[in-house]
Amino acid sequence: MNPLRWRRFVNVFWTVASGTGVLVALIPLASLLWLVVSHGAKGLSASFFVSLPTPVGEPGGGVGNAIVGTFFMVGLASLMALPVGVGAGVYLAEKGDGPAGRAIRFTAEVLAGVPSIVIGIVAYGLIVTQMRRFSALAGGVALALIMVPSLARSTEEFIRLVPTALREASLALGVPGWKTSLRVIIPTALGGIVTAVLLAVARAAGETAPLLFTALNNQYWNLDPTQPTASLTVQIYNYAISPYEDWHSKAWTAALVLLLLVGLLNLMARLLSRNRMAGAR
Amino acid sequence: MTKKLALAALLTLGFSTASGAAPLLITGAGATFPYPLYSKWFSEYNKLYPDIRFNYQSIGSGGGIQQFTAGTVEFGATDAPMSDAELAKVPDAVHIPTVLGAVVVTYNAPFTGLKLTPAVLADIFLGKITKWSDPAIAKINPDIKFPDVAITVVRRSDGSGTTYVFTDYLTKISAEWKEKVGTGKSVSWPVGLGGKGNEGVTGLIKQTPGSIGYVELAYANQNKLPVTALQNRDGNFVLPTLESTSAAAAGVVLPPDFRVSVTDPSGKNAYPIASFTYLLVHKDAKDKAKGDAMVKFLWWAVHAGQAMAVPLDYAPLPKPVVADVEKTIQGLLVQGKPVALAPVN
Amino acid sequence: MRPSTDIASARAGPTPGRFAHIGDRAWGWGLTILGGTILVVAGLILLELGRVAAPAFDHIRIFRFLTSSDWDPVQEKFGALPFIYGTLVTSIVAILVALPVSVGLALFLSEMGPRRLRPPVAYAIEVLAAIPSVIFGLWGLFVMVPWLREFLQPALQRTLGFLPFFRGPMIGLGYLAAGLILALMILPTIASVTIEVLKTVPPALKEGALALGATRWEAIRIAVLPYARPGILGATLLGLGRALGETMAVTMVIGNSPEISASLFAPGYSLPAVIANEFAEATGDVHIGALASLGLVLFGITLVLNAVAQVLIMTVARGPRGAKA
Repeated sequence: MNPLRWRRFVNVFWTVASGTGVLVALIPLASLLWLVVSHGAKGLSASFFVSLPTPVGEPGGGVGNAIVGTFFMVGLASLMALPVGVGAGVYLAEKGDGPAGRAIRFTAEVLAGVPSIVIGIVAYGLIVTQMRRFSALAGGVALALIMVPSLARSTEEFIRLVPTALREASLALGVPGWKTSLRVIIPTALGGIVTAVLLAVARAAGETAPLLFTALNNQYWNLDPTQPTASLTVQIYNYAISPYEDWHSKAWTAALVLLLLVGLLNLMARLLSRNRMAGAR
Repeated sequence: MTKKLALAALLTLGFSTASGAAPLLITGAGATFPYPLYSKWFSEYNKLYPDIRFNYQSIGSGGGIQQFTAGTVEFGATDAPMSDAELAKVPDAVHIPTVLGAVVVTYNAPFTGLKLTPAVLADIFLGKITKWSDPAIAKINPDIKFPDVAITVVRRSDGSGTTYVFTDYLTKISAEWKEKVGTGKSVSWPVGLGGKGNEGVTGLIKQTPGSIGYVELAYANQNKLPVTALQNRDGNFVLPTLESTSAAAAGVVLPPDFRVSVTDPSGKNAYPIASFTYLLVHKDAKDKAKGDAMVKFLWWAVHAGQAMAVPLDYAPLPKPVVADVEKTIQGLLVQGKPVALAPVN
Repeated sequence: MRPSTDIASARAGPTPGRFAHIGDRAWGWGLTILGGTILVVAGLILLELGRVAAPAFDHIRIFRFLTSSDWDPVQEKFGALPFIYGTLVTSIVAILVALPVSVGLALFLSEMGPRRLRPPVAYAIEVLAAIPSVIFGLWGLFVMVPWLREFLQPALQRTLGFLPFFRGPMIGLGYLAAGLILALMILPTIASVTIEVLKTVPPALKEGALALGATRWEAIRIAVLPYARPGILGATLLGLGRALGETMAVTMVIGNSPEISASLFAPGYSLPAVIANEFAEATGDVHIGALASLGLVLFGITLVLNAVAQVLIMTVARGPRGAKA
């Protein structure tokens, strides 16, 4: 074959191959989303959101307490993780260019990759053994430990996106360094920081493993941080590995609820960052 | 942003103090074996006394004993009575038998009506018999046409009282099992997929053609899975029913602390793998409100609660056993004092 | 968002003498403390993990821990080999499947795909990355496992059954199922980092190749990929790190059986899965300690992997040694 034709063929071949890669990735995704929606929508009703789970075999019931539990623990986690994570991110952006900064950035990057189940063991040791019980607080601490490293890094990225010209202009006008950072740079980056927070919250809401032996589970409503608490993720897991058909349907429906929650958070994050980009001009 | 954080903190504090005045919450964990019954009991009891809630997590007997010992739960639940070593860590633990259940051998196959002898059962779980078409199985079941399909054993991945009862039985009837594997809540299984809890094992069996495993009777029935007729010590093939389960406990002499095994009993119609299931409580409860509620619940469970056992395929406690259990419950203390219990006719 | 413009009050001027620049110094110290919390968190994790694991140290000999298959908590025998084996096998399967797909995906999104298709595909990959692990497990258990059992496993056994990897009873659950679901989950990780890496390749390299008459693929093969290779390796290591630590999806489809088997159709176990299954009801401090020791092993492996991955990715960003960025 004419060498040029062969080379053109190889080019097309690899283009198609990479396209196939896209399909291999997207077909399972489409299947998953389609099934969560179609199976899950069947059980979706107002009562599903606000009811407590019923014993096996009894109809009705819902995951109301699990939804509240997820919000509660993610809320607790955010209270703990936000100051630390965003603060560390600001540090990395403002003073993070020296050797200490590099070490801290490296540590944050590496911590972000620690398996969440290991974090669960840490939270168990820190809270469950000391309090001698499973609790929402332990779950919240586990989630906070997971949120901090990625929050720090994303915050740093968003702050660094603020044009240096802004900082220079402020300094040139005589504003002290710290005021520049606090009153000029951070407010400008605020949209990005909120985006980073929303993404970290979305991730925390989707975690299961660390909650298995920190928050355990609870069939009732609970807003007491010293008691075990239900969560959407753990509930999905328990329903999925059970043998009961109606619990399997509930698993799909709860999964739909979780996906909607996580999806909403991610969507808000995207919209925020897009608006910010548009407004910054 | 700060204002929102402060508001959130206040709300959290407010809710947590508010729930201090809210219903009493008693946490327990343990066996999956009686979970269908316990979840019914706790739900019904909550309807009777809306201010009292029992939060029961079915994480397996091993977990129940562990959490009870560690003090992270107020009561435990187990089918495997605590060993002497385990009791040494919690000397004031009291075993309260609640019902009798049966561990059944269930399977996923295109036939029903399976019968097994102890020897063949042991060989399957030892991994020595690997296909349904094995002649040893066919010999006992001449009427069944077996497919040439591999047997997939399903057992527990967590520390389980159901496992304890099952392996206790296998140890008694198979010297090879006794030597190679032994009895325990967690053993070194020669083969098998691991399921979490009775629920997980049942789920795996339902989804895996050719599988066989052991679960509590209620799980097999609720999921319309077939049960195996096992040959008992007297030589009869017995199906797990309420009658055969109760028959298993009929001849057994109960020690004062109720820690006993009722597997491989003698008796014409006795089912070979039955077991009491226990709630674990402290002899002297420290918290007045919770201790009170716990003792009163136990009293209700061994009286009014027994009627709810039958529809869920658990055998109620035999009358003489109830008499003994009543004495034990009356002996429980809350802050050093006994609890006033309503007499039951 | 408009920056604060109260310049007049901001221009109050620095106070002289001892309090010179106190605002800046306080700010600096405050930030440093906040930055230091990251190190505190890291230390806390390591110390606490060690503390929970400590009761088991007397009962574990490191060599036996890592090489024995006998995991019997009741007898206090802790051989972690089946879990290490399972973790490695599933991760390797995941990488073998995910790497070509991810690189193909990355190339599609940055070089080879029609421009109009890029944003929706990029969005789809972001969606894939955001899906919680337990939902992957749910789909894996009820959709992928039956598909494996009815379709893929028989097909593999028919065609490649002479290999030890594809022998034995086909129940759907097992190493293969776990490896495939992991592959799906780490795709976005590898793909997105690869895209970033490809962006840092100096365009001049590709343009030069194109100018010399290379086809798009040849330009990529000759100019872009070799340059990006350390970065792609870094992306792979990041994906591997994520695969090693994945818990829920794996424990729902792997079969939870501590058996070492050459066949991918056999049920298995992994380090995170055994911790998840046994921790809540571990019988005693020694058992908990042993599980926490497994956690330490996992922590160590992912630490090393992430560190090496970071270095590799930074290498590409900085440019080849001697060349100007």
